This record gives sequence, C-alpha cells and structure tokens, in this order.
Amino acid sequence: MTPTPGKSARGIRSMEGKTPRAQRESPFARVSAMVVMGVFTLYFLVPIWWLLVAASKNRSQFNSTNPLWFADFSLFENMANLVAYRDGVYLKWMLNSALYAGGGALVGTLIAGMCGYALAKYNFPGRELIFNVVLGGVLVPATALALPLFLIFSQISLTNTFWSVFLPSLVSPFGVYLARIYASASVPDELIEAARLDGAGELRTFFTVSVRMMVPALVTVFLFQFVAIWNNFFLPLIMLRDETLFPVTLGLYAWNSQVNQIPVLRDYVLIGALLSIIPLIIIFLLLQRFWRNGLSAGSVK
Amino acid sequence: MSAPVVPLTDAPGSAARKPSAARPAKAAGAKPRVQHKGAILAFVLPFGALFALFYLVPIGYAIYQSLLVIEREGTFGQATQVFGGLTQYILVFQNGPFWESIGRVLAFGAVQVPIMLGLALLFALLLDSPLVRGKKFFRLAFFVPYAVPGVIAAIMWGYLYSPNLSPFSAVTENINFLSADLVLWAIANVVTWVFVGYNMLIIYSALLAIPAELYEAARLDGAGQLRIAWSVKIPLIMPAIILTAIFSIIGTLQLLAEPQVFRSFSSAVTSTFTPNLTVYSTSSIPNFNLAAAFSVVLALATFILSFTFLKFTQRKEPK
Repeated sequence: MTPTPGKSARGIRSMEGKTPRAQRESPFARVSAMVVMGVFTLYFLVPIWWLLVAASKNRSQFNSTNPLWFADFSLFENMANLVAYRDGVYLKWMLNSALYAGGGALVGTLIAGMCGYALAKYNFPGRELIFNVVLGGVLVPATALALPLFLIFSQISLTNTFWSVFLPSLVSPFGVYLARIYASASVPDELIEAARLDGAGELRTFFTVSVRMMVPALVTVFLFQFVAIWNNFFLPLIMLRDETLFPVTLGLYAWNSQVNQIPVLRDYVLIGALLSIIPLIIIFLLLQRFWRNGLSAGSVK
Repeated sequence: MSAPVVPLTDAPGSAARKPSAARPAKAAGAKPRVQHKGAILAFVLPFGALFALFYLVPIGYAIYQSLLVIEREGTFGQATQVFGGLTQYILVFQNGPFWESIGRVLAFGAVQVPIMLGLALLFALLLDSPLVRGKKFFRLAFFVPYAVPGVIAAIMWGYLYSPNLSPFSAVTENINFLSADLVLWAIANVVTWVFVGYNMLIIYSALLAIPAELYEAARLDGAGQLRIAWSVKIPLIMPAIILTAIFSIIGTLQLLAEPQVFRSFSSAVTSTFTPNLTVYSTSSIPNFNLAAAFSVVLALATFILSFTFLKFTQRKEPK
C-alpha cells in the first residue's frame, strides 16, 4: 500500500488536529472562502452597478459606450427629465409608495405588536385558537387574497382607491407571531406586575414600559412589513386603474411594458428603477442594528 | 438593542396616580381568572378585526364565488349568478394550462429553492466562521438585492439578459436566456439574486444565537470548521432553515411579479405561465368565478404543501 502524498498529508493534518489549536484554519481554506465571497459579491452588486451606470448615460451613449463604465455623467439631467415627465407622475408614485409602505407598516406594526403582546402576556380563553388561526394566516399567501379582495371591494365601490391598497396591507400575521415570541421572552412578568402596583393601567403599561422592551422586534416587524408593502405588486395591479394612485413598482411596470411603443420610456424606467431602490437601502442602513437583533430573537425559539 | 432590564421605576408618570388604582394582585397560587378583559380586547381587537376583514372574509368570499356560475337567458340575455356547485372546480381540474403552470412552478421550486437556501446557508456559515474577513461588508453587499422590489429586479435583469442591450452581450448573443427553454431559469436566477441575502441573514442570526461554548468544546476535541459546521451548527439552526424553506415554497407557488414583467421581454412567458398569472388573466376576461376557484385551489395547494413540509421536518427533528 503506497499512500499518495495527498492522502498521507491529510492523515497527518487530522492527527495534528487532536492537539487543540494546532489545526487552525489552513491558508487554502481561507483563500477559497474569500474567493467564494468575492465572486458572489460581484454577482450581487454588478447588476446594481450596471443600473447606476446605465441611469447616468444619455440615450445615445447607452448603446455606444462601455455598459459597465460611465460616459458623460448625465445622471442629474436624467433625474430632472424623469421628474418633469408628465407633470411629475414619478414623484407621485414615490410618494404613494411611501404612504402605502410607511403608513401601512407603522399602523400594522402597532396593531400586530399589541396583539402579539396580549397573546404572550395574558391568559384568556381562545388565546391558543387565535394564535393558531393567525399562524395559519402566515401560511396563506397575500397574493391568494388579492382577487377575492378585489371582488369584495368592487361590491362596495372601493376599488381604484387609496384605501383598497392601504387597508389590506395593515395585516401582518407574521408580525403577531414575532411580537408574541419576543414579548414572552423579553418582557418580564414582574415588570408588568410592578407597573400595575404603581397603578398604571394595562394600556399605559404597554405603551410606556413593554413597548420599549419590544423595540427590536417591533423594528423588525416594521421593516419587513415596509418591504413587503413596498414590493407588493399583485394587489395594486388588480385594484388600481388610476395612474395617480400607483405605487412606484406598478408605475415602472406600466412604463416598461410600453417601451416598445414609446422608446423614451426606457430611460425613465432605468433611472426610475435606480431611484426607487434608494429609500429601502437607506432604511436598511439606518435600522441595521435593530433588525439584526430582532431577527436573532425571532429565531431563538 | 434591548436594554437587559429596565429599572422598575421606569414608569414615573404612573407612580403619581398610584393610591386609588392599585389593583389587588391575585394570590400566586390561585388559578388565573381572566383578568383585564377590557385591555385584552383593546389589544387584540384592532388586529383581529382587520385580520377577519382582510383575511378570513376574502377567503370565505372566494370560496363562495367559486361555487357560482353565470347563467344567461339566451345568447344575449341578462347574466345572472346562480349556485353551480362544484362546476368551476371541474373546470379547474380540466384546465390543462393551469396544471402545466403548477408543474412549472413546482419544477422551479425543486431546483431554485435548494440552490438558494444552499447558497444562503453556505454564506451564513462562512460569515460565522473565522475564515472570512470583512464580514460587515459582505453581509451588507449580499443583502442589498433584497431592497430591490421583484418588479424592479425583473426589469433590471430583463435588460441584462437581452441580446443587444446587455453589458454581457458576448454571452447573451449566444445564449438566449429569454427563450422558451431558458426563461423559467432566467426568472429563477432573478428570484435567487433577490432572496439569497435575506435567507442568509435569517440563518446567520440563528447562528449568532448559538452559545460559543458549544464550539469551544468541539474545537478542543479537534473538530475542524467543516466538522463544526456540519455536526454542531447545522443541527442547531435547523428551525431557521425550515422557516426559510417554508417561506420559499410559498413564494414559489405565488410567483407573479417577475414573470409578469418578463412578458414584455419574452414572448415565451404566456398569460398562464404561473398559477397566479392564470388567476390574473382569468379575472381580466373577466371570469371571476373561475378565477376564484383557481385562487382557492392554489391557496389550498400552498397551504397543504407548506404544512406537510412543516410536519415532515418536525417529525424528523424531535424538539
């Protein structure tokens, strides 16, 4: 039996491994790990880089210059054109998205937090039933509800209104789930009891004491609901006809499907796409330290 | 960043109105009665009412609508909705394109979900290992695509795939990613691009929650990174992986935005390409009753699939 060099080397290394600390990470493992991470960084960031570059070019340069590097930098010119196009309908869309997502996530987080808190901290009949129904709701995809919601809303002439998109977006079963888990883990009963002894009412206790301890979970719920509403497509697609009510995703989709008839729209789609992702990136960066903690809390259980 | 323990004096405002309202605390041993009914109602009702209105009622209404048929008196007569029993469901089951679309998303899911979660797990483990420098940067770089809405990501990749506009035209001139054969996988790539970082983050948070002592023990026993990952970390984060898998399965069956956008880039994406596109195009005819039946079948299929997956994995995972 003649062991190949590779084999014997491996044998020796695992022998060494028996002594603690002897087997630190080999340079080979380090290098290959960094190569993997590097390659995928390109995969994740090059498309966004391309979008930035493409959005900064005027139309004649779009096809004629290196697609991954800047030509004449006309990003701001393009932005001005986009904003001016059709009386600033793009800005209206961004504003709508901010209202749908910001308002919806804010109210939605509040009510999900309250419900999750009650399910965690009070004993009452039907508690488990409610929780299980809500958990079932997590498994019901929101898109499955879009069509029936449209049918109901058309009965009461509420389609094609702000509310037809806003109201259904308030409900976040996952938020209740996360709030409940987090509240039972991080809001001590003694604290609530103490607040009671101090004479605080239940609602007051929640808003002054418990909410503070639930902040990481609530920020997480807010963030993910914000993203879910911002990205939502089916509900506005099926509900809205009036262009001035569109969220930015639906607006850009509508433009993109008319590019063949109106070529100038391609420029606006690209610059509009770039601008539409900036708010979310900013929010993620700002709230980073909150949602990281909230997420880990959710997955502990 | 939750402060570990907020001091009990944290409600100074309430201390002032203490004397009158102090409620006698129930003796510890007594069986808990339902206290604070009003408060519980106030906490649960807002969500409960909206959940009922915008989740339960629509589900019920969809089922109701799916049981109706349109009847006309003569060819041009008044259309009236009458109870039709399971007529629409028979139509659903006879609808070839719908079942093709179900097959399509199942094939999509069988390939895309394992690849996406495999990558997410790999990245999370690498971030959690001492092998990688610059963790903060990578974590953010991989997560950024999640900030791109599906519609926008699809538009972007639509250009990247296009034979003449793509920056990689050397590739896209030779391989037509938008052809009937490849467009499904081109869409799979878009979905993967958006969601790997998100899933990575969920798994990574679960990894961070594992106490370091557990590795130290394994490490002292001479286990390498790979061994630690396989025998210590992965079993411990199984619940997080299962969670991401369930959300991915649900997402796959619901595919809509990306293929809808791709319709303007590729004629291979038909109006019945995915189940949700079928629902949408059926309701645009308009044939609401049949569309409702599609919705019900799809929601039921989704529910059963994710529920079965949950039960299946829980049985394997005692705990």
